[in-house]
Amino acid sequence: MKSRIALIVYILFILLPIYWLLNMSFKTNEEILGTLTFWPQNFTFDNYIKILTDPSWYKGYINSMIYVSLNMVISLCVALPAAYAFSRYKFLGDKHMFFWLLSNKMAPPAVFVLPFFQLYSSVGLFDTHLGVALAHCLFNVPLAVWILEGFMSSVPKEIDETAYIDGYSFPRFFTKIFIPLIGSGIGVTAFFLFMFSWIELLLARTLTATNAQPIQAIMTRTVGASGIDWGVLAAAGVLTIVPGIFVIYFVRNHVAKGFALGRT
Amino acid sequence: MSLILENVSKSVDGQSWITDVNMTLEPGSFNVLLGRTLAGKTTIMRLMAGLERPTSGRILMNGVDVTGVPVRQRNLSMVYQQFINYPNLTVYENIASPLRLAKMPKKVIDERVHATADMLRITPLLKRFPTELSGGQQQRTAMARALVKDAELILFDEPLVNLDYKLREELRAELRELFRQRNCIGVYATTEPNEALALGGHTAVLHEGRLLQHGRTPEVYHRPRTIETAEMFSEPPMNIVKAKVTDTEVTFDETVHFQLNADLRMLEPGQYNFGVRPSHIGLVPHADDDLELPVTVDLAEISGSETFLHVRNEYMNLVLHLSGVHEYDVDQKITVYFPTHKLYAFDLAGQIIHAPHRLTGV
Repeated sequence: MKSRIALIVYILFILLPIYWLLNMSFKTNEEILGTLTFWPQNFTFDNYIKILTDPSWYKGYINSMIYVSLNMVISLCVALPAAYAFSRYKFLGDKHMFFWLLSNKMAPPAVFVLPFFQLYSSVGLFDTHLGVALAHCLFNVPLAVWILEGFMSSVPKEIDETAYIDGYSFPRFFTKIFIPLIGSGIGVTAFFLFMFSWIELLLARTLTATNAQPIQAIMTRTVGASGIDWGVLAAAGVLTIVPGIFVIYFVRNHVAKGFALGRT
Repeated sequence: MSLILENVSKSVDGQSWITDVNMTLEPGSFNVLLGRTLAGKTTIMRLMAGLERPTSGRILMNGVDVTGVPVRQRNLSMVYQQFINYPNLTVYENIASPLRLAKMPKKVIDERVHATADMLRITPLLKRFPTELSGGQQQRTAMARALVKDAELILFDEPLVNLDYKLREELRAELRELFRQRNCIGVYATTEPNEALALGGHTAVLHEGRLLQHGRTPEVYHRPRTIETAEMFSEPPMNIVKAKVTDTEVTFDETVHFQLNADLRMLEPGQYNFGVRPSHIGLVPHADDDLELPVTVDLAEISGSETFLHVRNEYMNLVLHLSGVHEYDVDQKITVYFPTHKLYAFDLAGQIIHAPHRLTGV
């Protein structure tokens, strides 16, 4: 009983900021800046309506979605064969290379901002969705390789061999037998890719101007001449959380294994 | 359809796994690879299948060199020790998969899958997925997939090890029956001499990557060419006793000796290693010329309805394989009877000099 009370207190503590965000998003600016109220006195959808009708707002979501999806597709296409090679073959320096991949995640993205910016400006990738997606591959591909390698290594090598003995060609075996076997691993990987790409701010903001500007960048520039539009900002925050909740719902049973990089 | 291994060697990272193996597997034969763990059974199978390439040597299938031919272009099937099936396909699709890849007509596939499933008694399970089956049923599925196509070579890598005792005996008997009906080369790896004897056919005894002996199973069992083979192909291992042969006698020392009998008369005087099977030593004499040996009990190991009795005296340690339960105290003094007419004689290098005659004859 005691532990349950502690748990409830803890959950309330965690959820409080999120509740406050939700609370604010349904209030008017006057109410937010006025008295302390625990729920909206003048309940309003105006903040949401503004975001969903004003292109300068909702395009931010569309841009984010586009480059996050692009990044997920590119990362998976690159990481699936790479992880298969790491889990199945022995080659010179394989272990070093595998670790080196992870070390790519150790450098802060800020380090890469300048080279990316200069490079993208000169090859015309600046302010494109593909540009941001490629930049995010920097940390997402190593992550995907690590998670997928764990899932793949838990599939016995004998299944591959049995398939070859049965007469499967490699591509056919990979798509018909192997991918379904690590389906949950791919799902978990996709979730992590989504998460890291969705929350990344620095690269996404620096490498875009107007065409591919992500929602986080738009949120951080809402300080207008009339001060901050609190209500709209809160609504934008709520809408930014929603896709994450949606995605995690699908992989809720496999996430723990994903956090262990596929190794159980 | 014959499979020939010619001077095949395989080394990995400078370590020799298989050394210079020569082997001819006759068409329609059933071959047991017998050897302890790390004897190279699995490696030889993988070489036969083409999953590994030999470091040197050639592999010939029906006289054609297939050394470098990838596995999917060969016509063989394999059953592993682990239960390997495609977890995302139903039992039916698992069995049908080699046929589908061979692009057979649907009707033929359906007929053959059902026939094979009937044979292995898994017809009621065809719609299930492998993870919903028991271990024995999973292995039956794997076997069905191996048997459904007309493979020229079927490899079984200790397929029954992970099954319980009862099921193992049942499946072993079925397997023998299934093989009798087809004309392909069967290869079966096992660590248990008794399994090799139960399966019959041919046996190849392997030890540390070398092929010790390959021939018809009773022939290898009753006429081992070396001490190593005799020790491998006997459970518990054959007792080896050092002794001296003079013109008239075999002596362990001045007091323990026996007359050279008709069997052993051809032995030149000198030092020999004598081998005697644990089941041939008795607690009561079986023949007039049995040698009486006073010994001390080390341990009586009772396993079900059998007893492994470990005894010693000054010159030798012996293991007796007795049927029935026999209880003895440690250090108890007893007398055992050493069958002087059932002795194998090896020279000191381990080569066989004499094997006991059998009434049935091989």
